[in-house]
Amino acid sequence: MARKPLGPIRRTFLPWDDPGEQPFIEFRNITKRFGSFVAVNDLSLKIYEREFHALLGGSGCGKTTLMRLLAGFEQPTSGQIFLEGNDLAGVPPYKRPINMMFQSYALFPHMNVEKNIAFGLEMDGLSGKEIRSRTHEMLSLVKLEGFRKRKPHQLSGGQRQRVALARSLAKRPKVLLLDEPLAALDKKLREETQLELINLQEQLRLTFLIVTHDQEEAMTVADRISVMDKGSILQNATPGEIYEQPNSRFVAEFIGDINVLDGQITRKHREDVQLFSSVLGGHLSVRYPTSADVGDHAALAIRPEKMRISFEKPEDQSTNAIQGEVWDIAYMGDVSIYHIKVAETETLRAIVANTTRLVERPISWDDQVWLSWDSDAGIILTR
Amino acid sequence: MTETNLFPKDLTRSETTPPLRHEPEAPENTPTNPVRGWGRFALICVPYFWLLLFFFIPFLIVAKISLSQAAIAIPPYLPLMDWSKGVMGLWEVAKSWSLDNYIWLKEDALYWQAYTSSLKIAFLSTVLTLLVGFPIAYGMARAPRAWHTTLVMMVILPFWTSFLIRVYAWIGILKTDGLLNQALLFTGVINEPLIILNTSTAVYVGIVYSYLPFMVLPLYSSLEKLDTTLIEAAEDLGCPPWKTFWRVTVPLAMPGMIAGCFLVFIPALGEFVIPDLLGGSSTLMIGKTLWIEFFSNRDWPVASAVAIVLLGLLIVPIMMFQRHETRRNEGDM
Repeated sequence: MARKPLGPIRRTFLPWDDPGEQPFIEFRNITKRFGSFVAVNDLSLKIYEREFHALLGGSGCGKTTLMRLLAGFEQPTSGQIFLEGNDLAGVPPYKRPINMMFQSYALFPHMNVEKNIAFGLEMDGLSGKEIRSRTHEMLSLVKLEGFRKRKPHQLSGGQRQRVALARSLAKRPKVLLLDEPLAALDKKLREETQLELINLQEQLRLTFLIVTHDQEEAMTVADRISVMDKGSILQNATPGEIYEQPNSRFVAEFIGDINVLDGQITRKHREDVQLFSSVLGGHLSVRYPTSADVGDHAALAIRPEKMRISFEKPEDQSTNAIQGEVWDIAYMGDVSIYHIKVAETETLRAIVANTTRLVERPISWDDQVWLSWDSDAGIILTR
Repeated sequence: MTETNLFPKDLTRSETTPPLRHEPEAPENTPTNPVRGWGRFALICVPYFWLLLFFFIPFLIVAKISLSQAAIAIPPYLPLMDWSKGVMGLWEVAKSWSLDNYIWLKEDALYWQAYTSSLKIAFLSTVLTLLVGFPIAYGMARAPRAWHTTLVMMVILPFWTSFLIRVYAWIGILKTDGLLNQALLFTGVINEPLIILNTSTAVYVGIVYSYLPFMVLPLYSSLEKLDTTLIEAAEDLGCPPWKTFWRVTVPLAMPGMIAGCFLVFIPALGEFVIPDLLGGSSTLMIGKTLWIEFFSNRDWPVASAVAIVLLGLLIVPIMMFQRHETRRNEGDM
């Protein structure tokens, strides 16, 4: 698997760290049930103005329901939603200053591109002149000036996606909701569009909320990511924090690839923790802030790209080193993933960048190798 | 003779002889093709042959009769073709063709009134059927998916009873001492029985009832395909529900509405049974006039002329509509 790109961390933009900052959108103890199924379970979330927030999770985790609650298509079973401090309860979707870009785009098939974009503006009762100039502005924003008279069925998937984006932005909403906006595009176009979305958000200075199951997409576009499972948010943090300091095994495994070794804490001094792994039959050291104490069961997790492979045992005593056998090599082009069998029941993965053109790798199948990593590369997971 | 020795021979003579007869056929006659080619041709021919045999030829016969004159004979009109005189006979007959029947239609106010009255009744009952049918179809399309088959069955179910019996049943409901009046008198809504039977109201009731499934089914199929996210998208963009209905639901249900309206309007225009049974003598409709001309007056040529004009009245709007549709689909209207 390719290395996960870290999202653009705008260090100057950290409103969630400022206790005086008022949230722009606030979900307060929201629960939504469909019959006996709990889609959203007592969830609270604060989103700040001009934030690009991502709701990330698998299907059925409640992320789309949360977005639909904000748009007004669903009513919460209990709890409140605030926009700029105003309770949205009882406000119908057509009166909320929130626009949504639908996963299916939901373009009106009986209207051409121009009419689709102008639809929301007409509803606002703007003058014909103003509608025309705003529509034109939106068309140039998404670079579709030449397609104004086309009907949706005469456009490609990528063009339709842009029309849907232009239509949802035309009304200059306070919040733009993006429901899996790029799911239908091919990989190349998707990556391009992700960058365009970031630029657009910075240019328009709007608050964006994106729902996606694609972790790379969330990492690329979002300022903060809420990882969701079973109607709850497991972790809400910046892409960097989510990747480097996941708070649970679910988050760690959901974002990127990770090796997890179960064990028991045998020694602890401030952040220096020693863990005994029964599978490996040895001690591992890690420097990571954790609330777990000596005797607690915990897991050590290491990202494959933070592991090194060598024939010789590393001399530095502070690193962890275990011996194993090369079981499998997955050549990805930019990197290769080595599957190293370190015990009868345990195979760990290490990523090695392919820095030369040589196809013949020095380390090959069945080689006995040393797998090593620094003590500050690992993470302690307690749940 | 095989293909291989035919070609060089023909090519040598190409300057003096007409173009090669076999040349265009050559690719078609490759060993694999002929059967498939013929099969396809035969398949296409079937519907055309059907139309020719059961629509176009009867139409020509009717058109021909409409140009003839009534006579006391069997069949009751002057013969149009005298095959015994050959080609000359054909010419003789062609000279005797006349538009007298059409002129007659124009001169007698009865026909004109029958046409306009039919158009009015057909138009109004189409509108009424649409008004009644739309909510039904909408409700069906929005019902839980598991119910759809049952609901469609319920719409179709009346067809299992004879059309004639169903219209007769309405007499029992609408007549002065019928079910409707009895119910209304009993509940005290009215003091005097309403006179509905043998009025145009009864005709409207009969037509709307009889043709409702033809309106509901195409409407249902249009509305059922309608993506509900489009409704949400409209609301999301600031469109209140009632406006969404006019701006999104109705335009997208248009194909079904148009199909349903045609399916109701066309048969309603020529309807004969319903006005005859429910409308009494006061309701004038072209279908009834046609019947009287054919069977009571035995004036087949005038009846044929009535039928031809009726066909013209129907075909013109359909053709206009189709041209409009093609243009709308191609370009940006």
